[in-house]
Amino acid sequence: MEDLEQFRIEVRQWLEANCPPSQRTPASPEEQYWGGRNATFASGDARVWFERMLARGWTVPEWPREYGGAGLNGQQARILKKEMVRLGCRAPLYGLGVWMLGPALLEFGNEEQKREHLPAIAEGRLRWCQGYSEPNAGSDLASLQTRAEDHGDHFVVNGSKIWTSQADRSDWIFCLVRTDSSARKQAGISFLLIDMATPGVSVTPIKLINGSSEFCQTFFDNVRVPKQNLVGVLNEGWTVAKGLLRHERKLMSETADTVTTAAHTPIECARRYLPFADGRIQDPLMRDALARHEMQMHAIGLTQLRILEEARTGTGSGATSLIMKYCGTEEEKRKYELMMAMMGSQGIGWEGEDFDAAEIDTARQALFTKALSIAGGTSEVQLNIIAKRALELPGVI
Amino acid sequence: MAMTLNEEQRHLRDTAREFLLARAPVAALRALRDDRDPLGWSRELWAEMAGLGWAGIVIPEEFGGLEFGFTGLGAVLQETGRTLTASPLYATCVLGTSAILLAGDQKQKQAVLPRVAAGETCLALALEESHHHDPLGVRLRAERHGDGYRLNGAKQFVLDGHSADLLVVVARTAGEPGSGQGISLFLVDAAAPGVARRRTATMDSRNVARIEFQDVEVPVTALLGAEGESWPVLEQVLDRGRAAIAAEMLGGAQECFQRTVAYLKQREQFGVAIGSFQALQHRAAAMFIELELLQSVVMDACAKVDEASPLLPMVASLAKARANDTIELVSNEAVQMHGGIGITDQLDIGLFLKRARVTMQILGDARYHRARYATLRGF
Repeated sequence: MEDLEQFRIEVRQWLEANCPPSQRTPASPEEQYWGGRNATFASGDARVWFERMLARGWTVPEWPREYGGAGLNGQQARILKKEMVRLGCRAPLYGLGVWMLGPALLEFGNEEQKREHLPAIAEGRLRWCQGYSEPNAGSDLASLQTRAEDHGDHFVVNGSKIWTSQADRSDWIFCLVRTDSSARKQAGISFLLIDMATPGVSVTPIKLINGSSEFCQTFFDNVRVPKQNLVGVLNEGWTVAKGLLRHERKLMSETADTVTTAAHTPIECARRYLPFADGRIQDPLMRDALARHEMQMHAIGLTQLRILEEARTGTGSGATSLIMKYCGTEEEKRKYELMMAMMGSQGIGWEGEDFDAAEIDTARQALFTKALSIAGGTSEVQLNIIAKRALELPGVI
Repeated sequence: MAMTLNEEQRHLRDTAREFLLARAPVAALRALRDDRDPLGWSRELWAEMAGLGWAGIVIPEEFGGLEFGFTGLGAVLQETGRTLTASPLYATCVLGTSAILLAGDQKQKQAVLPRVAAGETCLALALEESHHHDPLGVRLRAERHGDGYRLNGAKQFVLDGHSADLLVVVARTAGEPGSGQGISLFLVDAAAPGVARRRTATMDSRNVARIEFQDVEVPVTALLGAEGESWPVLEQVLDRGRAAIAAEMLGGAQECFQRTVAYLKQREQFGVAIGSFQALQHRAAAMFIELELLQSVVMDACAKVDEASPLLPMVASLAKARANDTIELVSNEAVQMHGGIGITDQLDIGLFLKRARVTMQILGDARYHRARYATLRGF
């Protein structure tokens, strides 16, 4: 305990001395550093902050030192995270390599793969995207059809992946591909790493209902992939994928409230657009709807605390965390519908001078929140998981 | 911050569960109902519960209690919610005890609390005067009379009002209904001349009363706290009551849900367990989510009582509103998913539904608490 307290003091002092003041505010999407071959820093301070954190291994604090991390244990990593939150420090490096592929490689990769890819992720040299879903394989992911054929020392990959987030700005992609079409669904799938600079890989951005293009479709046309890029055992990629999905869902439930950086909160929105009398929203139905939302967020926040406390004390069943992805994303959608209702016809702006930046941002974010309960396992899949794992109800799915 | 039970509290909960299943299961409530028991609860059982220390669970040691706190009491109430156990635990140990603890002076505490902790004295809080929770709407008058006061008025929905030995009466010594100014608390002997009590038959077969006060004379020592100044302390008493009843409701809803999930696995139609149907699975999962969220807010509300947190009013309203919504959902779904047998008296599910409807009326419904939460948040 004393060592941890000492660690906390050192971390706090180092952060205070080394995090530039400009890096202590929430980062807008343009200010986030995602790394990669073509990456640039939004400012000189962002570069300084990244390089200082990198030198300490704190872009990936829990990874072993030989792969670019700092080898912190879980408690130390939590302290670092807490101290960064306390000071408002930005994450020095974003990306699926840091959050998802890295942890999967540490668990399933061979030594050569770890040495090749982990330091490149830690140092922000390569940016990764994920190739899971296909046009005909969404919630039923195991029905995927992208094929990797064995050609001796390499595979030849054909097919396409959809909802590949920011594939147009990524260098490498980790994919689920079918390596045995005769096997039962999950059984013939392998986990493959593909350099997107390889001939035959092409990317088309997908324009979304909010006007942005966060996602792409990625095509593979006779793409040669060296055999050493296979992670884990041939035809057993599903095991790797399940481990990775856990990281993604954890991430989505943790960041549901920060995925969308709102221009204003629902309460601010009420003050701006609704008539008040005696300090209360006059319309009792609006007031009740806002209270419902605030109370739901309050309850979700308390449940997050309970999950942490149960994990720390070793009490609880562990089933509680299964609800968080569903709760967080569904409430985020309701929040934006509520704000649009409060804003009336000022909440449906698209562009132009008749709407201010916050109004347009809210309208577009409202549209984007529809993606949250679809990506990373739909709300319906989340309910299936609860029914199966927490309630142990029988069924085919 | 205590979102989990510590080892002592877990032990208390496990002991409570074991004891209640053995001595006061749902069948015990059924027997009280079928025998038309005039008391509505068992004195033998209450003596045993007091023997376990439950009667004094939140009473300080100096007054003969366990001083175990509301988190512990909440854990016990959650278990009594599972077994639908009728006892003075809520009215006496939460409402009455809190009023005396928070508003009483040393002498009053010394006179009453040790007897409560020993299980010898039962209490009731006489608050409501209309069919909706309205703590500011008090009309019952207390006027200066000689060396004491004279009370005139009527109360309803007084939990355990027919059987309590002492009543904590919320009265108005000044001001108009709707105002917090002029609200006073009196400790009144239930057997005093002018007190007329009538047990009300409610659907949960438990114990509620109407009480009339006609020229009831009490000495000045019956006043709990300062005359006319008791609104803030009454709010604290009510928030403790809300947190505690939410704990009972959590237990009731959990039990109702678990019985329903077990039925989904056992009942077969079309050659398969009905729990294999996705239409029912998703509704069951939705209830699981609500129950998990409710557990978090109930734990936090009880902890906020123990921490004497200024956030208690907000979290107490959060807990009571959620408890109402969740138990309404779960009890309705439980009946529906059990199908035909769900609407029979033979199955216990109906008893959970009926208790749920009564608890939903205790100290404010969901609308009341959402409006209060909004006020506390400044909108």
